[in-house]
Amino acid sequence: MARTHYATDRGLIARMGATLFLIGLVFTAFIIAIVLLLANFTSVSGDGIIFIAVLAGVAISFGSYYWSDKIALATAGAQLVTPQQAPELHGVVDRLCALADMPKPRVAIAPTDMPNAFATGRSSKVAVLCVTEGLLRRLDTNELEGVIAHEMSHVAHKDVAVMTIASFLGIMAALLVRFAFYSELFGGGGRDRGRGGGGGDQNTFPVVLAVMAVGIVVYAISFVLIRLLSRYRELSADRSGALLTGQPSALASALVKVSGDMSRIPTRDLRAAEPLNAFYFAPALSGKQGQGQWSLSNLFSTHPSLEKRLKALDEISKQLSSSGSGS
Amino acid sequence: MGFLDALLGRTKPVLPKLDNLFGLPSAAITLQAATDYLPTGVGSVCFRAAEGKAFSDIEKDVTDLLNMGENKTPIKVTSDSYGYTWVVATHATDDIEGLVTDLHAVNYSLEGGGFGPQLLCTILGFTDQAKHPLGLVYLYKRGTFYPFAPRPGENRDNATELRIKGVLVNDLKFESDLSRWFPVWGAPGL
Repeated sequence: MARTHYATDRGLIARMGATLFLIGLVFTAFIIAIVLLLANFTSVSGDGIIFIAVLAGVAISFGSYYWSDKIALATAGAQLVTPQQAPELHGVVDRLCALADMPKPRVAIAPTDMPNAFATGRSSKVAVLCVTEGLLRRLDTNELEGVIAHEMSHVAHKDVAVMTIASFLGIMAALLVRFAFYSELFGGGGRDRGRGGGGGDQNTFPVVLAVMAVGIVVYAISFVLIRLLSRYRELSADRSGALLTGQPSALASALVKVSGDMSRIPTRDLRAAEPLNAFYFAPALSGKQGQGQWSLSNLFSTHPSLEKRLKALDEISKQLSSSGSGS
Repeated sequence: MGFLDALLGRTKPVLPKLDNLFGLPSAAITLQAATDYLPTGVGSVCFRAAEGKAFSDIEKDVTDLLNMGENKTPIKVTSDSYGYTWVVATHATDDIEGLVTDLHAVNYSLEGGGFGPQLLCTILGFTDQAKHPLGLVYLYKRGTFYPFAPRPGENRDNATELRIKGVLVNDLKFESDLSRWFPVWGAPGL
């Protein structure tokens, strides 16, 4: 009988499920509001706005989903590499794929010094994994493996599809606001296709305003919710990646190295660094994100804070260290 | 992984399939009859070492278990440049069954300790008259085999690999997806 060390993080899953539900709820409320407005509104310009916004939203979302790999590679300026060109990188990816029983994605390297890695693609078959040269320079093999396992978890969790669907609502709402605004700017005042005679102008303007208001509110709410969902997906990918490699501290160390702040763990000897301790410069980050959850930057960021990620990885480390006690 | 699991980010670890290993002794005999590849008596298990005391305890138990018994070459535990650990067992070249049993004991102990998902592969080593190495690699997560014939300078002898597959197709379950025949450069015993 095999025990498992893969204790599921029920709290994270519950929060993610709740966020997905809320996004769906806002979407439904949006549709209802638009339908109600449409019922009172027969002008061609109003119907046109909504129709075009929906169509454009669908086209943009679907396009970015379907061609996500090509778009991402082109944006990053990345080049696909063969096993001969990057043997170590391919070796790491090979082994992770064998460990996770996943098909091997295409591998690309982007010539940027900024350390970064991403994996994208609408399905495992067209998935592509990209790392920057800066990342390869800074991390050792263990840490690189942790980062790649995190990225491959995104592919396994179908994050491209999930985030596209979730942000579809936000895109549509934003487009609706924009089209309503322009239509009011260019077309308002002249069109008189409302019901009855003479009352057309008064009907058009407030309803277009109402459409804009609905769009703005929906966009704002969905924006916050989508960022929240993105942060949960990142934590989830951290967790899956760490459990796949069995080395959460390697991923933690990679995150610290890559975080872009001054390195937390100094390399200078204490005795050499002693004079500096007199000028106590705290890390640039601890002021903002050390506090509670409600700061604006926390609300809008797509990734959880470094502290939060390290804490979650520590939990996994503890789970792996517990000998004798099962999950 | 089911759709709902993927959606909610609940990765299920892939569990290894252990029992197909026992097809190896008869495969070694077939190989000996049909080609001039003979077993070297060296077999290894590769796994991704996890951090923490739980894993190092199991690793120690496994090596102790395998080192029990008289007249046995001691087990070697090495780690490679990717950070994966290899447990290498050596038996007499005609005792493939004993070797496979030992390798299975390693897998079984790791799985019993809850570390089944860390298992990567097992390799059984062969060599021919011209001293070319050949490994039969077993992928735990797929439950399938594939041949690996490395040549100097990180090259593979694909023709030989396909030929070996043809010879052994009735003894072992081979990996049908060629893109999963990953090279294992620098594996001990090859």
